[in-house]
Amino acid sequence: MKDVEMKMLERAKALLGSGEVARVIGWKKGEFYFDPVPASFESVEELSDFVYNGFCGANLSKYLIQMSKKEGKTAIFLKPCDSYSFNQLVKEHRIVRENIHVIAIECQGKLDIEKIKAQGVSAVTEVEEDGDTVKVSSLYGETTLNKEDILLVKCATCKSKTHQAKDEEIVLHEMPESKNNRFDEVEKLEAMTETERFAFWKLQLQKCIRCNACRNVCPACSCIKCVFDNPASGIAAKANDSEFEEKLFHIIRAFHVAGRCTDCGECSRVCPQNIPLHLLNRKFIKDIDGLYGEYQAGETAEGKTPLTSYTEGDKEPNDVVDGEAK
Amino acid sequence: MLKIAKERLNELYAKIAESMGLFIPIKKAGEVNYHVWGEGKEVSLETLKTVKSPKNAFFPASENLMKFKTEGKNLEIIDVRWDKSEKPFVIFGVKACDYKAIEVLDKVFLADPVDTYYQSRREAFTIVTLACSKPEESCFCNAFGVDATAPKGDVTTWLDEKYLYWQPNTEKGEALTQIVADMAEQGGEAEVAAQQAATQAIMEKLPFASLDLSRFQPENLNELFDDPAWEEMSEACLGCGTCTFVCPTCQCFDIRDFKTHEGVIRYRCWDSCMYSDFTLMAHGNSRTTQMQRFRQRFMHKLVYYPSQNDGLYSCVGCGRCVNKCPQRLNIVKVIKTLGGKDND
Ligand code: SF4
Ligand code: SF4
Ligand code: SF4
Ligand code: SF4
Ligand code: SF4
Repeated sequence: MKDVEMKMLERAKALLGSGEVARVIGWKKGEFYFDPVPASFESVEELSDFVYNGFCGANLSKYLIQMSKKEGKTAIFLKPCDSYSFNQLVKEHRIVRENIHVIAIECQGKLDIEKIKAQGVSAVTEVEEDGDTVKVSSLYGETTLNKEDILLVKCATCKSKTHQAKDEEIVLHEMPESKNNRFDEVEKLEAMTETERFAFWKLQLQKCIRCNACRNVCPACSCIKCVFDNPASGIAAKANDSEFEEKLFHIIRAFHVAGRCTDCGECSRVCPQNIPLHLLNRKFIKDIDGLYGEYQAGETAEGKTPLTSYTEGDKEPNDVVDGEAK
Repeated sequence: MLKIAKERLNELYAKIAESMGLFIPIKKAGEVNYHVWGEGKEVSLETLKTVKSPKNAFFPASENLMKFKTEGKNLEIIDVRWDKSEKPFVIFGVKACDYKAIEVLDKVFLADPVDTYYQSRREAFTIVTLACSKPEESCFCNAFGVDATAPKGDVTTWLDEKYLYWQPNTEKGEALTQIVADMAEQGGEAEVAAQQAATQAIMEKLPFASLDLSRFQPENLNELFDDPAWEEMSEACLGCGTCTFVCPTCQCFDIRDFKTHEGVIRYRCWDSCMYSDFTLMAHGNSRTTQMQRFRQRFMHKLVYYPSQNDGLYSCVGCGRCVNKCPQRLNIVKVIKTLGGKDND
């Protein structure tokens, strides 16, 4: 990965140095190895704390809503999954494509510090990546973990290692596809009885603190004013006032992003209570695939989408209600 | 000092729960938060930081304030305040940072005019703290003068492989001790002292052990407020409420009405200065950019609150915002950038 980081830094320097772009969006060093922060760099000097490593899980594409409207060109580093969100945002006219220079970057799966800690390691001071293993040093000792066990949920079931948008590419090594099927967990939920499924979601959603991180990070949640922030909407709420409120919020959000959610996995990554929000979205994706034919949001920046176009062969709502969507 | 064998902890919880409600860190759907104890619940005292802090017990995420019922031209106002005489409560396992945070909240809610909702919960609770023995990298309570190995509270406890050590500090604490006394034996001073020394040695090695807060003084308010660094520090902020809702000292709330079949319920719920509709007024929000909202949160913790409370900071260094910010922004970065010269 070090070589990829070097190459990226080199390109960022060249682009900023020559004035080809006004800013580069990437990651800068955090307090530790495992907490890089999304950042926009506007000069070669600012690049001194540039970083790219196994903890750069954050999807940067949503920042382009603001950045692409600024003066001058913006270069951005996108991982394969981020490129889907990028296309979707272009398709929805939320970002100005001409103002952006996309650098498609290599990704070997991103790591989850919470999963590392869940393996019993605390007071982590250093993390060293070495192929399939990761060496973790802490104030209480050292341990070596399997990368496979500490991948972010989205990376453990990565949908594709192919970039869907790029103006140039920095891929130095082969990027093997994930062997896991992202719909396995959804199938487990489908196999439950309604009562079991209800109990599952109730337990999960009870944890929700209504911090809105899932919504605010989501590239599909790009409304200028969200209905939940509008005091005049009648459903505005920051309270997790009752269980019902939580379900209402999550169901509305899941419906609103249905057909547009690229399964970028950010919502589950950011949730402080680790609620498996991706399962809601993946259920919708799976159903759309089943009802209207295979469709992956963000694969292209143009074309019709299954939920916003009508064809005569479309399923009738009652077919769906009768359970054919399963 | 008393000590209670670790195998008997469940018995201890059951005994307390016979006469009092017991809030304790419990794992539910994978995450540890304070919940009411019951037989078969998965207690996790080892968890250093619950996702939500214990402030939830005194200042719930949402709380009904009153109800209104209309009949013809009559408006009835119904007091729905929690009746503290109903049942006393114990909150068990509060860490030193979170205990310090209660002191911060008290200064807000118990100052004149007293917030009676908070007060009644606060009075109904006996607080049992638990000393930390395995601090983690995000902890920096020591920067705020908190001793993680000797939290106060009505009872202080320490836990090791074999025993829970128990030291009552107040009348309430003595009363609780009476309830559990027949499970306990005398002793433990030496073990506790040894654990404290070992923990303190680790505390000194923590990466944020020596943050320099010296510049956060009321007289530097304007200079800090106008610092150009806020732009860069807040650039990646999503404006979510994660850092405020997991914070043990964040105290802002909103009051709203909720229409039901039988009338109107007026409730309050946690609010976040990171939100675009925070302190929304007829003309709009007084803070129009995310930078301004971000600045508000940290200026409140490090400058505004202390300037009104004899220099007491309203960050206790629990590190929750360090762990939970989706984009890895946090108060440590602010302190390192603006706090003082010794932060490199
Ligand atoms: S709903 Fe979640 S997975 Fe889907 S686009 Fe939004 S953040 Fe990504
Ligand atoms: S991020 Fe998690 S806790 Fe926050 S609102 Fe979304 S589901 Fe709830
Ligand atoms: S600092 Fe982090 S947790 Fe707080 S509002 Fe911004 S993105 Fe959310
Ligand atoms: S600001 Fe952060 S570290 Fe300080 S008390 Fe709040 S959550 Fe803890
Ligand atoms: S910040 Fe201090 S008191 Fe809080 S959990 Fe960490 S070591 Fe314990």
